[in-house]
Amino acid sequence: MDKQVATLAEAVAGIPDGARVMIGGFGGSGAPIELIHALIDSGARDLTVVNNNAGNGHVGLAALIEQKRVKKLICSFPRSADPRVFTEMYLAGEIELELVPQGTLAERIRAGGAGIPAFHTPTSYGTDLAVGKPTAEFDGKPYVQERWLKADYAIIKAELGDAMGNLSYRMAARNFNPLMATAATHTIAQVSRVVPLGGIDPEQVVTPGIFVNSVVEVAEPAQEEALNRAEAVYP
Amino acid sequence: MSKMTMEQLAEIKLSNAQIAWRAAQDIEDGAYVNLGIGFPEMVAKFQPEGREAIFHTENGVLGFGEAPAAGEEDWDLINAGKKAITLKPGSAFFHHADSFAMVRGGHLDVAILGAYQVAENGDLANWSTGRGGVPAVGGAMDLVHGAKRVAVLTDHVTKKGDPKLVAACTMPLTGVGCVTRIYTSLAVVDVEAGRFVLREKLPAISMEDLQALMGAELTTNGPVGDLIAPEL
Repeated sequence: MDKQVATLAEAVAGIPDGARVMIGGFGGSGAPIELIHALIDSGARDLTVVNNNAGNGHVGLAALIEQKRVKKLICSFPRSADPRVFTEMYLAGEIELELVPQGTLAERIRAGGAGIPAFHTPTSYGTDLAVGKPTAEFDGKPYVQERWLKADYAIIKAELGDAMGNLSYRMAARNFNPLMATAATHTIAQVSRVVPLGGIDPEQVVTPGIFVNSVVEVAEPAQEEALNRAEAVYP
Repeated sequence: MSKMTMEQLAEIKLSNAQIAWRAAQDIEDGAYVNLGIGFPEMVAKFQPEGREAIFHTENGVLGFGEAPAAGEEDWDLINAGKKAITLKPGSAFFHHADSFAMVRGGHLDVAILGAYQVAENGDLANWSTGRGGVPAVGGAMDLVHGAKRVAVLTDHVTKKGDPKLVAACTMPLTGVGCVTRIYTSLAVVDVEAGRFVLREKLPAISMEDLQALMGAELTTNGPVGDLIAPEL
């Protein structure tokens, strides 16, 4: 078994127009910038993207949005230091937004990966974000029913990967990446280094290879924050 | 009922740093704490001598420390505000679902947030002014559920002088009946059984003047202490 793919272009080649794509990362940390740029190059459009944010500056997710490839964004916080691209398109009615509380977003993705179609959470009860959702009481407290979230593809970033797709992460760049790996039909991981089988201690494997379909090596991956400080623009 | 002018209030009220200092005095040694982005983050600077809280950030770090020096940032190591942080001995990384299990699962001792409005039944409005623009909620709606104490730091009134402690929130809610204590620029107020209960107030303001700056009844239940913060 060898899940390695030689190039970024090859890794994303199968993502069709209209696909639902989960993109890992929280802000720039853990964001698979090179895979996102390859997705831009692939020309795929009308995508529904799941990410915590809406990108920053003119690289990565912000560039994907700027190139008008995203029809709908499912996220918790589409506002930050420089999210002008999303803000302008949203206010012009050019992109759809499904706003989800951050913990609910994480749990919906976990549920999607775990085969749990719905669950109850106290989060958002009694707020505008619970409107239209079923509620129920458990042990005298009210909860909102939320549904699983799945995707056709997940593009994620990890630190180490092997040919079987086992992954480990670096610091807070872990965030949504391991969850998204479980919730997509096809998960593509960019890793900073491909190691031989056994190169990741089984005790240290965070995402077991069963959740991963493709691994592509990107040595010294770009950091969104560094690109933005250099005022980079993609493409 | 006399009413203090905004100028008079500005002279006596606590600064944000002093409000954060007061909130920090209530955090026990070893407490697991989440500080909201912005103003609440200042609480970390004022931990009393001999006490050490363990700070949680939504994006998957427990036990982080101060910001690194400029040029020393590692952009894989940030907090929920996307700011670079450092690690302390004993820190841990985890994914987002585990992070929010810590929040909703009742494992945090204290969550400290900002507020637009707090109602006497503990309802909190802090995520949206309801006036359009791009809506963004982040982890606020999760953080108000599960922590043993949900505390709010806020100016006692808005910039225009309108009450922020009100009978019912008029802005979109973050959570229902979730706030347990409010640290304001003038007072420390608990939410108990659907009422605001005064615990401490600045010596320079009378009960009547404080009540006049509230949108709901301010009750007492036991002694009211003096709210005194050091110059910071």
